[in-house]
Amino acid sequence: MIRIGEDALQQIRDHGVRTYPEECCGVMLGREVDGNRTIDAVYPVDNVQEVNRKRRFLVSPAQYLEAERTAAERGMDLLGFYHSHPDHPAAPSQYDTEHALPWFTYVIVSVREGKADDLTAWALRENRDRFEQASVVVSAPAAHATQPHATGIPAKPRKEL
Amino acid sequence: MAVTVFIPSPLRSYTGKQASVMLEGETVEEVLGNLASRFAQLRPHLYAENGGLRSYVNIYLNDKDIRYLKQGKTPVGASDTLSIVPAIAGGAPGIEAVPDVALRNEEILRYSRHLIMPEVGMKGQMRLKASRVLIVGAGGLGSPLGLYLAAAGVGTIGIVDFDVVEVTNLQRQIVHTTADIGRSKLASAEESIRGVNPHVVVEPHEVRLTSENALRILERYDVIVDGTDNFATRYLVNDACVLLGKPNVYGSIFRFDGQVSVFDARSGPCYRCLYPAPPPPGLVPSCAEGGVLGVLPGIIGSLQALETIKLIIGQGDTLVGRLVLFDALRFSFRELTLRKDPACPICGESPTIHALIDYDEFCGIPASPAGQGGTAQRDITVEQLKAQRDRGENLFLLDVREPHEYDIVHLDAHLIPLGDLPARMSELDTTQDIVVYCRTGVRSAQAAEFLRKSGFARVRNLTGGIDAWAQRIDPSLPRY
Repeated sequence: MIRIGEDALQQIRDHGVRTYPEECCGVMLGREVDGNRTIDAVYPVDNVQEVNRKRRFLVSPAQYLEAERTAAERGMDLLGFYHSHPDHPAAPSQYDTEHALPWFTYVIVSVREGKADDLTAWALRENRDRFEQASVVVSAPAAHATQPHATGIPAKPRKEL
Repeated sequence: MAVTVFIPSPLRSYTGKQASVMLEGETVEEVLGNLASRFAQLRPHLYAENGGLRSYVNIYLNDKDIRYLKQGKTPVGASDTLSIVPAIAGGAPGIEAVPDVALRNEEILRYSRHLIMPEVGMKGQMRLKASRVLIVGAGGLGSPLGLYLAAAGVGTIGIVDFDVVEVTNLQRQIVHTTADIGRSKLASAEESIRGVNPHVVVEPHEVRLTSENALRILERYDVIVDGTDNFATRYLVNDACVLLGKPNVYGSIFRFDGQVSVFDARSGPCYRCLYPAPPPPGLVPSCAEGGVLGVLPGIIGSLQALETIKLIIGQGDTLVGRLVLFDALRFSFRELTLRKDPACPICGESPTIHALIDYDEFCGIPASPAGQGGTAQRDITVEQLKAQRDRGENLFLLDVREPHEYDIVHLDAHLIPLGDLPARMSELDTTQDIVVYCRTGVRSAQAAEFLRKSGFARVRNLTGGIDAWAQRIDPSLPRY
């Protein structure tokens, strides 16, 4: 299960709509505490894939390293990446599986005819054979995004997708 | 020397949450090897099944991608940071009409003579760039194959070979140069290919292809091109291609004759449908024994390169189901229609071969060189021959090569070519000590065996032939 702030969720959907019919991609930052993940901040990165951008995305090594640096500076974890599937279901493709890394959370938003549709989250199984779906729980925007759960009490889930 | 290695977030669960670790090593691959040894669970995420780095793993030395340095061989120093940078990629499912590659402007100019033909065009050229071709053997056939496939823009060329370049190769193996003598054929071929086209990725496999490693090596390629010079490897390549469902672009050469075909068991016959069993060992001489006109592999290898490109771009009629025979002396091309054999043991209706077998055994090659004990009285080394001659022992030397070989170099021996031996046995004395030689000892072994069966008790074969004599006893003699 992953928690994600409503703002972050909306930013992912908006990004997918903006780049439609091409794929979008972006960085997800947050915290992992005792195996519970909360995504507190997301930001878009360029899809540097040169061809087939309706079906493929690629994050440049420089942007990747920048994401690691940003996470470290803000005292957060780099939890994973999101991308969109224009006019395709929000399920990982074989290509996604082959290119996936362990531990990361992958969020996929389906964008159909220019409108955001399903949004799902996935993690690669340890033996790399396939993804396992994680449930997405929308949490209220954290008051201090850089220091979530300062009270030790996780934000209450509002809506299960 | 200890180097700092940056571990990306997703892999830190294997390094005890450490974002960087210090590791020993002189080169990038040594450091990474030590990393994978220290954190064993990390290995499957860094390395693919074939032992190479996974395609989405980028390694940066400070701020430079090691692909643009000396790759795994890039030296590292104490102040260096090695970063593991995963390529984050993915996308929606769907069959691809056009592969995931882009052509830079330099490439568009380079391939312009391809691009202006509608049969190739941007789509075909991108397919070439996205394709992965494996060449088995960096010799006579592998030379034009490597050069033409690289020039044509095949994106990744794997080469399997474990030999070094010898001076006798240069008469036909144009991927190597005189300066390469003594170098590994892979290193030499890789350098030539990069010289032709720096956009090509060369994947060297410096191993002997065996039943143990063939499937693992071949499975990563789209098209396999057979440039081997022996039956055992040819059957191995065929069977591995059938089991993996991959096309096998076949070529073979001997003296003035060549053969070309495309075996693809998914849509046509395989090599076993054409030749169910190998010839008995020794019956068909190799190019080293029988010779080959130097330009012939250039012609046959180029035809293989042509068929490979057609398979990749999906144009024209390939040689699936057809065998082309080229006779250089008569200058004739003949075409035979091949049919799939329903009884073929590997691609027929009820196959009996489901895994790779022992191909040396299948081709009648002994598992190890002939045992010392049993052949001690049948063989003689060049050193022993020298000693016996120096002592003035009465030995009858018999040369079973061809007269034109005798003209190159000989040991003042009696000449009876192997093929004439049955008719000219009367020239020999059954009671005399006879030492038979040829160039390297293969034909003379057959001659000695034949003579023993014909009642000559005291026949010995000169192991290594006149070639060993010229190398170890009398370096003033020419070798050929």
